[in-house]
Formats: sequence, C-alpha cells, structure tokens
Amino acid sequence: MKQFEVRQRKDTRSGFGDALYELGKESDKVVALCADLTGSLKMDAFKKEFPDRFFQTGIAEANMIGMAAGMATAGLIPFTGTFANFSTGRVYDQIRQSVAYSEKNVKICASHSGLTLGEDGATHQVLEDIAMMRAMPNMTVINTCDYTQTFLATKAIANFNGPVYLRFGRPAVPDFSPQNFEIGKGVLLNEGNDVCIIATGHLVWEALQAAEQLEQKGYSAEVINIHTIKPLDEDIILKSAAKCRCVVTAEEHELNGGLGEAVASLLGRKLPLPLEMIGVNDSFGESGKPMELLEKYGLGASNILEATLRAVERRTA
Amino acid sequence: MKEALFLIKKAREIRKSVILSLNAAGSGHLGGSLGLADVFSVLYFHEMKHKPEQPDWLDRERLILSIGHVAPVLYATLAESGYFDKEELLTLRKLGTRLQGHPGRDHGLPGVELSAGSLGQGLGVAVGIALMDQHEKKDKRTFCIMGDGELQEGSVWEAAMSAGHYKLHNIIGIVDRNNVQIDGKTEDVMSLEPLADKWRSFGWHVLECNGNDVEELIQAFAHKSDEKPTLILAHTKMGCGIPEIENDYTWHGKAPNGEEMERFLGMLVKNR
Repeated sequence: MKQFEVRQRKDTRSGFGDALYELGKESDKVVALCADLTGSLKMDAFKKEFPDRFFQTGIAEANMIGMAAGMATAGLIPFTGTFANFSTGRVYDQIRQSVAYSEKNVKICASHSGLTLGEDGATHQVLEDIAMMRAMPNMTVINTCDYTQTFLATKAIANFNGPVYLRFGRPAVPDFSPQNFEIGKGVLLNEGNDVCIIATGHLVWEALQAAEQLEQKGYSAEVINIHTIKPLDEDIILKSAAKCRCVVTAEEHELNGGLGEAVASLLGRKLPLPLEMIGVNDSFGESGKPMELLEKYGLGASNILEATLRAVERRTA
Repeated sequence: MKEALFLIKKAREIRKSVILSLNAAGSGHLGGSLGLADVFSVLYFHEMKHKPEQPDWLDRERLILSIGHVAPVLYATLAESGYFDKEELLTLRKLGTRLQGHPGRDHGLPGVELSAGSLGQGLGVAVGIALMDQHEKKDKRTFCIMGDGELQEGSVWEAAMSAGHYKLHNIIGIVDRNNVQIDGKTEDVMSLEPLADKWRSFGWHVLECNGNDVEELIQAFAHKSDEKPTLILAHTKMGCGIPEIENDYTWHGKAPNGEEMERFLGMLVKNR
C-alpha cells in the first residue's frame, strides 16, 4: 500500500540550494563555501542574498575543508559545496583530521554523486564516497532521494551538532518524500509482506517502480527509504525484514562498503535472511545518459524487480 | 630587558618539561620541540590573548599548530601556562592519556584547538578562523605554526593563496625554519628557497628573525602588517638548548633515555 504522493520532477541539488537560502535567512551563523561550482551546487541565491557569508575558495577543495573547520572553530555553521568526488576522495585526510577527529561542526554537501551525473564520465562519477564516509568515526552520512528530502535534510543538519556528509545528485527526478524528516529515521514508503526493499538516493524511485511491477506478479513489497546510512535505523529494517523474511537493498554506489553491506552486517548479526544487493559491482562508471547508465550497470527498476523475485525464491526454497 | 629574561626562563622551563615528558614516554619528537620552545614562550607568555582558566573563551587568540609532531612543546607550554597540571605531562603517549602522540582534540585536553599530525592542514583552518574574525569585526589575531618541510605539501599553498586573496592581516604564520626534515636537509630533499619570495608572491608580508631569540621574536610580532597576512620565517636550531644535539636531525623523532635526560637537563641549566 502506497504511503506517498508523487509531485513534479525536480533535482535534489535544488533542494539543497533552496534550503541553504532559507537557512541563511534564519540564522546568521550559517556560512557557505564553494570551490568554483556555485551554479552547479545551486548556491547562487545564498551567494546573492548573503555575499558576506559566502566564501569562494577557488579550485582548492583541501583548503575549503580546512577553512570550514576554522569557521566551525569560530562558532559558525559552515556548509561546503562541491561535487561528491571532490567532497570526499580528494579531501579525505582533511575531513578525517581537521573535521571529524577535531570534532568540527562542518556540513559537507556533495552534489553530482553516482552514475546519474551522466555524460562527464567516470572521473566525476564517484561510487565509493558512502564507503569512505561511513568508515570514518564521528561522521553522519545522509544520501537523499528527491528534492523534498534534500531540502529537509539540509535544514535538519544545520540544527545537528557534528560533522555530516550530505550526498545528493544532478538530474531532475520525481519528488515524493513526505514533509517530515528526521536524521537516522528510515521512511516507510510502501507497505507489503513478501519482500523488504531497502533503498537510498535515486534508487528509491526505482525501488517504488519495481514494487509496482511486483504487485502485478502477485507479490507485495515493502519499500523503506534509508536516507541516513550512518547511523543506520536498525529498528525499521529489522521489523520489516522479520515480517517479509527476505531483503533487497538498492543504491547508486559500489556494493563494497555501501548501504547494502551495512544492511548485510545488521542482518548477519541479528536476523540472517536471504539478501540480494543492487549496486555497482566493483567497476568505474562511464559516459552516457543517467537512465542508460542505471540500466547498463544493473541499477534500474527491472534489475530491482529481478532481485526481489530471486529473494522471494530463496525465502521459499 | 626584564620581560626577555622572564620569557627566557619560561622557555627553559618548557624545554625541561619537554625532556621529562619525552623520557617518560620513551618515544616522540625532541628536536623540533626544543627548537620551538622560545616561539611558544613568546606566544603564550607575551603575545597571545588567552585565558588558561577559560580555554573556550570566545575572544581568545588561537594558536593553530599545524605540525602535530611537536606536540610535546605545545603540551609543556599549556601546562606551564596553567591549562592543566604539569604532572600530567608524564602521561604523554601512554594508553588513556589526553596527551596523544599527535594532538587529538577529541581526547579533551584543554588548549588543543585542532587535531594535527598529517601535515599541511593547519594554515587552511587558521584562514577560516581569521576570515570569521574579520567578518565579525573582532580585533584579534590567529597564529599558525608550520614546519619548513611541511611547506612541501600543496595544501599549504592553497591556504597561503586564500589568505593573500582575502588580505587577512589578522593572521600570523610562523614557519619553523630549521632547514631539516626526516630524510635530511630541506634543500636536498625538496628545495624550498627562495622561501621568503614565495610567500611574498602569494601576497604575504614576510619578516625573518632568529626564532631562538625572544627579543627578536617580540620585535617580529610587533612589526606585523595591517594590510596583508604576515609570515615570520623563524630561523631556529633543531634541538636548541642542548648543544650536543643541535641541528642533528637524527633527533627529529627520538626520546632521551635516563642518562641522556640527566645530561640534557644539566646542559639547560648551564647554558641559559
């Protein structure tokens, strides 16, 4: 049974930009830094309205993270903006030492994550960022699925004390998330009994499509959106998994170190059940249109559907 | 000069604490810690506005120590200033200590502003603080101590460029110019010269002084720029205060044993 309504398509990064602008109005403690990608990150409105709280760092991401750590030291709430690849891999050590280990209240906001970045290709399509940030102590990791959720998450992390990695994307996607958001709380989007699909980011929509198709085959899928990958909402996952007796995970990320592995670890420890995982299998991406790429790399709705059928079969075998 | 005598005495106490704590730890970085004792004495007992009894005082002037490996001289100075009891210095590098081998802010030692150890990160953080102080029109300075070898890290120059761009005259960088790094002389490993020109070309006001002379250091701080970020190239001797090990880079990452400790402590008294 559907627990959501579909609204017009919008990009997740605009959710970030719009929320940042509102945060700017709400608190003069909010400052923003950007490494030469102001338009791509949708930070123009904030920049225009609050020029003295917007800092252009140039193409120097390491220094952007350092500056943000300094601003947090001075008692402000800095939001950094660049692509996901340059927000994590390029500056891992700066985040590790100057932010996470130094307990600095920095919000690392990353757009253009995953394959759906599209035509720019593998150099920019980071698929390992969740794994990197998940492994880091003190770090909260959030991957949002649509405009509304990105908007609400951006606002929520401003009121949360501690470093956060907020991951979102480039393309316009259907908007369906509920109007409430709590860090660390999963969202039940579709009630069902035969298989539990746990999805994050852009693949939440694909999972909902798969659930609809599955219904035509006579099965009902429960769809849970896990936006906060760390800390993981274990309760909602265990409850749904216990009911459905088999699980499928879906993410626009490497299978290594992502949401799927986090769920596998949880189930292995507390509730061993058949598990199928949708994600990129130890490979870099390539150029192409977002949906073409999701399909080629086995991340589309049809792939999720197949995975649910495999899971159901293993459950009854 | 009475003030200079006081600062020299403080530097001697700091050196003594460094030697005692390193001996207790059995490992750590002696050379650089001793070389910076005079800089730390001048900063904490003359230059910086800070309150040891209120380490989170919002209007404090901050020292961002970018070279975490000289943690012993930071810890010794903090204890000397009264941030915590000197006895705790003997817990350096031991399990459960607040005095981590490299400063770890989440271990709760008062006075530690930033975790540091992986090089090249401090100046960027200092730039962030200085920018916010400028933004909030706070009349205070942020100090950042860097090593000379550390300047081989590219991220230092990203930060240097941004400080020049934003004309952060409230930032004072101090380079511990002792000319040595682990693998040898900086100019043999990866040459830094002409170093002053490099900083000038990034928009900094550059001063040079003997970093082991408290009066020269006081003079340098007094001549900071009111328009640009200031860099003090502090020419120091690694191991300064103990003639036997001065400029000997094998003492970069070594601790004195019991016998060496006694001998070094004796030399401190004799030489100053």
